[in-house]
Amino acid sequence: MSAEQVKSQYPAEYGKVEALLPGQSVSWLNVLRKQALASFSSQGFPSLREEEWRYTNVSAIEKKLFSPVVLAEIGAVDTDWLNTYRLENTCSVVLVDGHFSETLSDLDGLSESVRVLDMAGALEQYPEDLEQYFGQAVSHEEHSFVAFNAAWFTDGLFIHVPAKEILSKPVQVIHVVTQADYMSNTRHIIVIDDMAQAEVIETFIGCDESYLSAAVTEVFIGKNADLTLYKLQLEGEKAYHFGGTYVKQDADSRFKHHNFAFGGLLARNDIRTDLGLASECELNGLYLGIKRQHIDNHTRINHLKPHAISRELYKGVLDQRARGVFQGRVVVAEDAQKTSSEMNNRNLLLSNDAEADTKPQLEIYADDVKCAHGVTVGQLDEKSIFYLQSRCVDEETARNMLTFAFANEMVEKIKIKDLHDQILEQLLVRFPQEGIEQEWL
Amino acid sequence: MLSIKNLHVSVGDKPILKGVNLEINAGEVHAIMGPNGAGKSTLSHVLSGKSGYTVTEGTVTYKGKDLLDMAPEIRAREGVFLAFQYPVEIPGVSNIYLLKAALNAMRTHQGLPEVDAFDFLTLVKGKVKLLEMDEKFLYRSVNEGFSGGEKKRNEILQAAILEPSMCILDETDSGLDIDALKVVAAGVNSLRAADRSFLMITHYQRLLDYIKPDIVHVLADGRIVKSGGPELALELEAKGYSWVEEQVA
Ligand SMILES: Nc1ncnc2c1ncn2[C@@H]1O[C@H](COP(=O)(O)OP(=O)(O)OP(=O)(O)O)[C@@H](O)[C@H]1O
Ligand SMILES: [Mg+2]
Repeated sequence: MSAEQVKSQYPAEYGKVEALLPGQSVSWLNVLRKQALASFSSQGFPSLREEEWRYTNVSAIEKKLFSPVVLAEIGAVDTDWLNTYRLENTCSVVLVDGHFSETLSDLDGLSESVRVLDMAGALEQYPEDLEQYFGQAVSHEEHSFVAFNAAWFTDGLFIHVPAKEILSKPVQVIHVVTQADYMSNTRHIIVIDDMAQAEVIETFIGCDESYLSAAVTEVFIGKNADLTLYKLQLEGEKAYHFGGTYVKQDADSRFKHHNFAFGGLLARNDIRTDLGLASECELNGLYLGIKRQHIDNHTRINHLKPHAISRELYKGVLDQRARGVFQGRVVVAEDAQKTSSEMNNRNLLLSNDAEADTKPQLEIYADDVKCAHGVTVGQLDEKSIFYLQSRCVDEETARNMLTFAFANEMVEKIKIKDLHDQILEQLLVRFPQEGIEQEWL
Repeated sequence: MLSIKNLHVSVGDKPILKGVNLEINAGEVHAIMGPNGAGKSTLSHVLSGKSGYTVTEGTVTYKGKDLLDMAPEIRAREGVFLAFQYPVEIPGVSNIYLLKAALNAMRTHQGLPEVDAFDFLTLVKGKVKLLEMDEKFLYRSVNEGFSGGEKKRNEILQAAILEPSMCILDETDSGLDIDALKVVAAGVNSLRAADRSFLMITHYQRLLDYIKPDIVHVLADGRIVKSGGPELALELEAKGYSWVEEQVA
């Protein structure tokens, strides 16, 4: 398809599936879906001409018409395989081909006052509650992937932790895509009320065929509330992935995001947070690209109110013909005095054909702020390699040790043991180099 | 142990070592002194195999083998150890792991089995005590955030564990306070043995008070311009390098 055909083909498809999408009886949602569809139809997928997309060409996605799995059958899941991604001591919500699977999910052991359920179910049970949040952290005008997602989403997850509650165990939402050409479009809303706390893990996995997985997560963190969100993007190697996380932080809230992007052929991840008075955010990311992978991370931190703190560290390891993109933007509003912000992006290029594009942007409209940013794109440090060699370590092992140590810094930040070990394992199996050992830590 | 003959080394087009001759026998301690920029660190780097230097002339024989022909890690495994003037920080690789990896690589090279975990810990803890270090340093990343003096001490800890035959110490004394100098010197002295030699690069007599050299050399402008007994260091301290340079000229 051409970019023009995309604009007409998808809306043409829409008529066939519209009635099968969740939330039919919810009038505000019907309006929103229509607007989003119109918005997508007028733009199509983003093009390289757009500043926010200049390093990421999504035209490969246009070659196929991915369709939501409402007409076709939801695929079967190999549970042994799925279980290797399931974390211990968590509640799990499994979304297969974009649909909640009750049999594969496990929501036992949560307190009665906490709401953790699938989005389709939530739209039936709590449509008024959802109306307060849906589309409030991100509008479909953000860009056409968000519009696309709003129009087509088939299910998702709704988490609401009431004030002062602490979610007793982390919730893991596992997105699985089972078949070639399938599309999974999911929508999540996470609400952490004042002084509440939660940890949520988003895991993305899928088959080895080409498919499209898109997930938009809206997050609302109340006053003095706390959320840690982990994203483990382990899509199949031919997959297209779009993920967007949009956060609104109230006063004194804390938000931590750990983003591990290892999978997919073309993966784009957007994170945005709006910081309230004296709130804090920490954005950590690690992307590992091999073969011909293209991994794009976009972050935006909006300091809207005074005294907020943001810390960001993204690291990329790019080998073979992979390309990594980092665009990090920090905006400090006029009112946001005493802002403290640090942003860093460090890229390690392991082959001559690998590429890293990094673009930090600071826009500061307040005068009493502390903002720093730094980026590096480079190879392994020759002095360090020589130092290790002078300590009996052969050159190849020295290189592997340094590469692994570089990446592992991000893994070490993960305090949930089972998750930490899983990420480490995923990292080790993906490194093209042989002989990397966990023992080096 | 080590025989350097007419060694000429350039960086790019720039000659730095211009015919160095040096014979170090087993069990001997040699000191090299000399003005800044004379080529002392260059010599230590070339001996340990750092890239970026071109040997344009000369030979280096170590235990009868051509040293310059060996990869850096092979030299290390064969027992050539360099304590760096500026040790590198390696974030993310723990000190204790590197010690173990180094020791095992060396043992494998010598045809010995890898050291077992318990024996290794006993060995390391003993050496940590010898150098009056805190055991916490073992579990930190290699040199990361170490003070100047702590880095130097860590270099000697590595030497104490690897027990190399040819120990090259490049300004190990610089950055050490007086007490630390005594501890490090005691560590070095405990390594002195009939089958182990030392090449110590230093600017100060002070180190030589603690570690008595057999021979002192002056390296100036890429050549060894004078050699003598320990008294040469005292003379240098009193008269400066211009005294030697005048004598040579
Ligand atoms: N990579 C390089 N490129 C250019 N010049 C170099 C390089 N490495 C060393 N040199 C030069 O070679 C000379 C000798 O340097 P070296 O570090 O060996 O001196 P040194 O005797 O150890 O001095 P110091 O006492 O200050 O440690 C210096 O003039 C130095 O600038
Ligand atoms: Mg030097």
